[in-house]
Amino acid sequence: MSASMIEIANLRVRYRHHEVLKGITLDVQRNEILGIIGPAQSGKTTLLKTINRTIDNVPGAVVTGIVKVDGTDVRQVKDVFALRRKVGMVAPLPVGLPLSIFDNVAFAPRMAGMHDRRELAEHVERCLRQATLWDEVQDRLDSLGTRLSGGQQQRLTIARALSHNPEILCLDEFSIAIDPVTTMRIEDVLKDLRSQMTIILVTNLVQQARRLADRTAFLFNGELVEVDRTEVIFSDRPASRQTYEYVNGIFG
Amino acid sequence: MFQTTSLTRRKQKYEFIAKLIFLLMTLLMVLPLLLIVGYLVYQAWPILSLDFLLTNPKHGMRAGGIWSPLLGTIYLVVISLVIATPIGVLAAVFLNEYARDNWVTRVINLAVVNLAGVPSIVHALFGLGAFVLFARLGKSILAASLTLAIMTLPVIIASTKEALAAVPLAFREACWNVGATRWQTIRHVVLPNSISGILTGVILQVSRAAGETAPIMFTGVVFFKAIQEGNLFAYGLFDQCMALSMHLFTISTQVPDVPAALPYGTAVVLLGSVLVVNALAIIFRVYLRARRKW
Repeated sequence: MSASMIEIANLRVRYRHHEVLKGITLDVQRNEILGIIGPAQSGKTTLLKTINRTIDNVPGAVVTGIVKVDGTDVRQVKDVFALRRKVGMVAPLPVGLPLSIFDNVAFAPRMAGMHDRRELAEHVERCLRQATLWDEVQDRLDSLGTRLSGGQQQRLTIARALSHNPEILCLDEFSIAIDPVTTMRIEDVLKDLRSQMTIILVTNLVQQARRLADRTAFLFNGELVEVDRTEVIFSDRPASRQTYEYVNGIFG
Repeated sequence: MFQTTSLTRRKQKYEFIAKLIFLLMTLLMVLPLLLIVGYLVYQAWPILSLDFLLTNPKHGMRAGGIWSPLLGTIYLVVISLVIATPIGVLAAVFLNEYARDNWVTRVINLAVVNLAGVPSIVHALFGLGAFVLFARLGKSILAASLTLAIMTLPVIIASTKEALAAVPLAFREACWNVGATRWQTIRHVVLPNSISGILTGVILQVSRAAGETAPIMFTGVVFFKAIQEGNLFAYGLFDQCMALSMHLFTISTQVPDVPAALPYGTAVVLLGSVLVVNALAIIFRVYLRARRKW
């Protein structure tokens, strides 16, 4: 067991001639919430995609440098699907798969070979409870996931991301399409989950990072400007002037 | 605040004119179709009966029915689609879901688009060369069906690709994120949500395969052939056959003194069978749409 859950060293990603990540070096500790903030186009989503190697499916993306998950270089991983199950990923816009609510959450376990009905039912209930969606949908697990409201769908997406028992949970601007009340509920969920897993929280709401993150990284234009304890980033004197200006809304 | 000004009046006028033009164009499109179908049915009415469908042409094709060409067309359409559909759909799945965007794929895609635009007579010559002569199938139902399959294949690939591309990328990403393989993603999410579009594309090719004359007359369709009436298996794979499109051409231009109702009757059956298949397709699509989930 290595000290950090994720170790990223000199990571560069370019799409054709456009370099999106320009040499990122960053560690994520076990059971911490790492906030990643930064304006649009700073490479946050790309960074997440390199962790579970869904970057492989992006045409034209070239990755150099090292990303280690739990001590293993992700590019040496033989079973990339096992890697992806180890990492839960929540996309900015809620994506209810066009399946029933139950099947949405049961999808990943089924694809990984869990077929026992009782086991699946218990598992789905646990995930939906973790995502605080169970009470609202327990009577209509057969109805379509896509018919839920935006906030419910986002919690469904989180339940699905938890359904393959990940050790890392990545959230990519999860609150972009949902109301503040739901956002706060999910934030509470994340605080509870911290004891069980490592969480990477990409957010464009700097205050969200301030509320939740143990440490915060500021990404700008494909470069890691700085990463430090959240109190330091949001203090009057972060290491970089740019960070101060961004978190205080002076630019960005 | 809400009084009518000259500007709003002008806008209302344009709105009305625009709507009128669109409506007129729609009518202009539907009207000839109705006229054609109506005229055909009117002319063919005296001869239309079950007997007409189930008896062979007789007396040098001046009497009798269309059993032999009707069954021939059914054979050709069914066999060609049985060959072309799996190949076309699977190729499209590969091109849309697996293939990387590099110059090889681009060349293949370009070839597909261009093949879809090749005139049918060129397919006919290809079929004659490749299947009848080179593969030594001779002029036969199999050779003609293969030729039709080659002709419909690129269109099936193109329409299937379009149907697959209509499934949002976000669904695929969501599946990949939870550790599903590409095939699991395709099998459980992409195909169920594009199947209605895929089927529509395939079924549209029924009418094309049934209507073409050139490709089959070079490769397996004959002027006249009597077969056992009422036997659905009267043709063998390596037999030559008659076909409705070719039969229509023959009795309208090649045979003198054919009663007028005969070619009209043939046309009505050709048109009618295509319409029936399309109608079935629409019903099936409505059924699938109702099950569609987003």
